[in-house]
Amino acid sequence: MYIDLSHGSGGKQTSSLIHDIFLKHFDNETLNKLEDAAVLDIGGRIAYTTDSFVVTPMFFRGGNIGKLAVCGTVNDLSMMGAKPKYLTAGFIIEAGTDMNQLDQIAQTMKEAALEAGVKIVAGDTKVIEGSGNVYINTSGIGEILKEGVSIQNCRPKDAILLSGNLGEHHAAIMSGRMGIENTISSDCAPLSSIVADLLKNGIDVHCMRDATRGGLATVLNEVSESSHCRVEIDETSIPISREVKGFCDILGLDPLYMANEGKMIAVVPGEQAEAALAAMQQNKYGENARIIGDITEGAGVYMTTALHGRRIIDILYGEGLPRIC
Amino acid sequence: MITLERIVRELRDYDGEEIKIMEVCGTHTSSIFKNGIRSLISPKIRLISGPGCPVCVTPSVYVDKLVDIAGQERHCVLTFGDMMKVKGSRMSLTEAVAAGARVRVLYSPLDAVKIALEDKNTQYVFAAVGFETTTPVYGVLLDEITKREIHNLKLLTSLKIMVPALSYVCENEKNIDAFLAPGHVSVIIGCDVYKELAQKYKKPFVVAGFEGEHILAALYEILCQIKSGRHEMRNLYPNAVTEKGNLAAQSVIQKYFELKDDSWRGIGTIEKSALKLKPEYSKFDAGSSFDEFEEKIPAGCRCRDVILGRINPPECPLFSGACTPLNAVGPCMVSTEGVCGIWYKNRGGKG
Amino acid sequence: MCVAVPGKVMEINGDTAKVDVMDNICDVNVKLVNVKPGDYVLMHAGCAIDVLAQDTAREILDVFAELEEEVHDNA
Repeated sequence: MYIDLSHGSGGKQTSSLIHDIFLKHFDNETLNKLEDAAVLDIGGRIAYTTDSFVVTPMFFRGGNIGKLAVCGTVNDLSMMGAKPKYLTAGFIIEAGTDMNQLDQIAQTMKEAALEAGVKIVAGDTKVIEGSGNVYINTSGIGEILKEGVSIQNCRPKDAILLSGNLGEHHAAIMSGRMGIENTISSDCAPLSSIVADLLKNGIDVHCMRDATRGGLATVLNEVSESSHCRVEIDETSIPISREVKGFCDILGLDPLYMANEGKMIAVVPGEQAEAALAAMQQNKYGENARIIGDITEGAGVYMTTALHGRRIIDILYGEGLPRIC
Repeated sequence: MITLERIVRELRDYDGEEIKIMEVCGTHTSSIFKNGIRSLISPKIRLISGPGCPVCVTPSVYVDKLVDIAGQERHCVLTFGDMMKVKGSRMSLTEAVAAGARVRVLYSPLDAVKIALEDKNTQYVFAAVGFETTTPVYGVLLDEITKREIHNLKLLTSLKIMVPALSYVCENEKNIDAFLAPGHVSVIIGCDVYKELAQKYKKPFVVAGFEGEHILAALYEILCQIKSGRHEMRNLYPNAVTEKGNLAAQSVIQKYFELKDDSWRGIGTIEKSALKLKPEYSKFDAGSSFDEFEEKIPAGCRCRDVILGRINPPECPLFSGACTPLNAVGPCMVSTEGVCGIWYKNRGGKG
Repeated sequence: MCVAVPGKVMEINGDTAKVDVMDNICDVNVKLVNVKPGDYVLMHAGCAIDVLAQDTAREILDVFAELEEEVHDNA
């Protein structure tokens, strides 16, 4: 069965699409009422965000667009020191979409939401002409667990932690496109539990950021700019798997600039660095976490290379594309 | 055996007359940058990035032609990722895609065979840029096109060769003291060609690999030669580079291509510095002849002087004002690893 | 100017070989080189352009060994 334009008509087919796929998977008291808006219990201060997801191919090793859509918004909330509570999901579905694929996407979203402890409480579908692609927007609300976590809040003597290997999402997506066989799997994952572990262990986290588009390099530049400080990192401390390294060598890519979907940095007071590292490493999404550097006075992002040279890490200009020269 | 520490110490402690060493390979430039080599060596040793990135030296008229082709109905341009950001006189391929043109990024020209066979109603044009390293791959592609009788795949060529460019630099810029000879071009052409250059221009030519250690070793060799007044070709990449090079690759180049004069972006015309398809293979050519064209150097752009090591990028009036990585005017800014691109990243202090 | 990486030839089928670059398997054209499974090749843009004598780490040591003589020349 395929989606056609009648599924967007607002009539019977729209209703069965919603019931047969989305309500079946997202099933919860708030959503099941099918009101025009969800009525939620929120106490205290909230974090609120939205993100849209387009990815080709929609299914890749380690996930699909649905998992990205849940994890992306969950992670954005988590990075503000919030516990993600509720999501909304808007689907723009092209005619020609395979119902089974849509079902699989919704199923994955349910699983990711369950793991992250969020409920999908409102949603929308629109059907447009096209050739079988799905685009998803998710918005999310989270309850602030720790105040003051901010990209502007990094200070000299803070330590910078990275939660694991770089480049896996980007490499997984691109391997298929470039016809290179490997077992690289997207790192797409909800980071809410790592954040909970850090806070539970009493870490006074100053800043957290997930290293998505633009990669670690871009995130570190944002830290430097927003907190008016210098970021110093050590090349030898940055975890990259052998397979991703080889993949990058073939295509002339730099893992520092490659997108991740389940990796974050945490900037913590220097004296808590080891405790924060231990907390991260105990989490299944932080096993390969490392302390990669620290914050000093000044500006810019600098790396000490394996040969003890120094290099500036700039932001990404344009898109990271395979190159031959 | 000499240690890396010793090599680094010698390069760091050098305090003689300024030495200018030119590398003519974009991947060397990139490795120098990524390993922080400049920070490890004496400021008296200056590393200058010569005309070694085929994308950077490709004339703007070539990009214009690609943009035109990509915009035509039932046409599609196939390219390496490098070419996407390079500006023509009007726009880059990235901008052309936004305006509706069809462009696909490939890792290998050989992937074009399958693509062309799958959609015979589209005319595919491969943006065949490169130096001697890449040209044999186009030869192999042409073999396949012929064997499989593919009629909807052509090349738009901008194929440069290295030795005339090196000679040009030696003739026009006496201040370069030594050359880091390219690694992968030398795999194809062999290292013997540099012996003649070393003798003729009395400058050391050292072939180097691409690890940071390779480059430091080569710089050290150059330093030793200069200190002792020698000027020799030395192959420090013997694992990959032989005296005569890859003869099979050379013969496939000779089968399909012949020499021509060509325009180098930012430099001007260099005699017999490029390759074009032989007349008998013109059916594979998507219109690569730009004979009537002469590259206009944008007003104020001093890339030529930068490439030849005469000035540092900040001395160019356009640097970081009119010319930035997002809006590159000259070739050195086009690639983020071009010399101006690197200086741009390092603006605001040495850390 | 050219990105090229070393990889190990796994199997050869006509002009095409499966080459392993740190557990990434690529189809590589081997028309321009004489190789057998187990050899290391240098690949560029989908083509093997060279057969390597040995792996890179070993080679760096050799280069350093060769430079030893320079130390004495300049001592």
